[in-house]
Amino acid sequence: MSGATASQKPSVLADDQPDTAWYVDKAVQVIMFVAGVSAIIFIIGIFIFVSKEGAGFIGGEEMNFSEFFTSPRWRPTSEWNPTYGILAMITGTASVTGLSMLIAIPFSLGAAIYIAEFATGKTREALKVLVELLAAIPSVVWGFIGLSIMNPLIIDIFDVPVGLNIFNAGLILGLMSAPIITSIAEDALKAVPDGFREAAEAMGATRWQVIYKVVLPAAKNGLLGAVLLGVGRSFGETMAVLMASGHSINLPENIFDSVRALTATIAAELGETAEGSTHYQSLFTIGIFLFIVTFIINLTADLIVRGVRKG
Amino acid sequence: MMFAESPLNKRDKKTQKLFRILFLMMVMLLVTPVLLILATLIYKGGPIISMEFLFADPRNGMTAGGLFPALLGTIWLVVVALICSVPLGVAAAIYLSEYAPDNWLTRSINLAIVNLAGVPSIVHALFGVGAFVIFMDFGASILAASLTLAIMTLPVVIVATRESLQSVPHAFREACWNMGATRWQTIRKVVLPNAISGILTGVILEVSRTSGETAPIMFTGAAFYLPTLPESVFDQTMALAMHLYVVATQVPNVPDAMPYGVALVLISVVLAFNALSISFRIYLRGLKKW
Repeated sequence: MSGATASQKPSVLADDQPDTAWYVDKAVQVIMFVAGVSAIIFIIGIFIFVSKEGAGFIGGEEMNFSEFFTSPRWRPTSEWNPTYGILAMITGTASVTGLSMLIAIPFSLGAAIYIAEFATGKTREALKVLVELLAAIPSVVWGFIGLSIMNPLIIDIFDVPVGLNIFNAGLILGLMSAPIITSIAEDALKAVPDGFREAAEAMGATRWQVIYKVVLPAAKNGLLGAVLLGVGRSFGETMAVLMASGHSINLPENIFDSVRALTATIAAELGETAEGSTHYQSLFTIGIFLFIVTFIINLTADLIVRGVRKG
Repeated sequence: MMFAESPLNKRDKKTQKLFRILFLMMVMLLVTPVLLILATLIYKGGPIISMEFLFADPRNGMTAGGLFPALLGTIWLVVVALICSVPLGVAAAIYLSEYAPDNWLTRSINLAIVNLAGVPSIVHALFGVGAFVIFMDFGASILAASLTLAIMTLPVVIVATRESLQSVPHAFREACWNMGATRWQTIRKVVLPNAISGILTGVILEVSRTSGETAPIMFTGAAFYLPTLPESVFDQTMALAMHLYVVATQVPNVPDAMPYGVALVLISVVLAFNALSISFRIYLRGLKKW
């Protein structure tokens, strides 16, 4: 290391000269900073690269904004008149996500309350581990379970012709997002200071009264954030919906109809398209749509959780 | 008893018991599926598991033989992904825990991390295609697939490392600074050695996550079937998760036990690493001296 720059720096003490360790320290700090902002770079990179591939479609004449979002006809491979409408897929994703949340929210909040407020010691540890393992099951395994275990069961029990439908996919997605909601909700409940509980108990409240009147209102925002992250997870899930929802373009009328999700469409069709074709670009456009929606969901969840911490 | 229970007390107790049981049932309904799924997979897929199934190539259009190329491919993908994401993730966590001031930039970084974890896996796949396969011209290859996986699982490493760094008491750092050590010397000699096992827990967790992902590798480097094993990171590869998707949906006339066997192997790998990570964490908590 040269002393040229070092000597220009005013220093009070003679031995306060920057030495090798000082330069290493500064260099490391820069490296760490770059690594730190890499997450931002990647998020921007994802948006840029997905947009870049989809740009030809958005700006092109095939794209018609109102048709894209309001037409249920997705026929990108039609020779005469290809149409690109994602309404059926939006409905599919919405119905599957909606059902999964109807299942997941009560169960995971109930589970979170039990784990955080009722369970103690070993039971509590064991339940937390089981929830974590539930979250670890890969989505393709869930899809396989929907395909080969749930499918015949649904056909038998409900006497419907096809078992791959909203009900199947919704149930699977519910089970997939429940552990996420449970563990984040549990954190939110744990974050409520014990003093709140003690104060209420000192007033003679029972455990349930404490939970219902004190803990839940205090943890409200954290719980809402947990639910939103669960929605995001369910909305963006790919393999499980692809395999369990039936994957047919359809405006569903009841929960035993097969549907197709936005994510699943990309997964199923991207491999068959030629790079740069309109079909290929339209799939990337769906990707941008998915990115923006999940971004908004995550941002909202973050703002809600932040709000409670500051307040 | 000093006080007799009033009817109100009794009712309160009853309500409490009722809710306790209700919530317990909810937990049970949530965790039984794990056990049921495992039991079914073991029951249906167990019989097919053998040395041949694990270490032989697929035969007869993937309707017979084993899954060795897929198993090996998953190891390739996980190792390359770890090489990329662990140093970056650890460095990012060090920045967030040791250097980052509490300002808008740090908040944006945290938001970006949440988003990286929250972006749908298929969008990560599209990014992988756009950035690595096409723009950087790696083609569909182990490298492109692993980079996609690395970025997708980066939050796992960052979050685990940050937590483990922050659990090192601040007094340790102060003591070291007082001795005249620079920030980096403090991190390297004091903070990291005390946090290394927690970081390892995160890395093991990432192995578990990475090996189970399907969507991000579908178009970036994982193939349905390959007659040869990959020789470098620029080759395509088969992968366990992809193999399950393929034998479950794409290949006709697969014997029933086959996809169950593949699913069992996949879930064993994933859950084994996950359980390892969890037990390691519990063990470490027992060791903590402060």
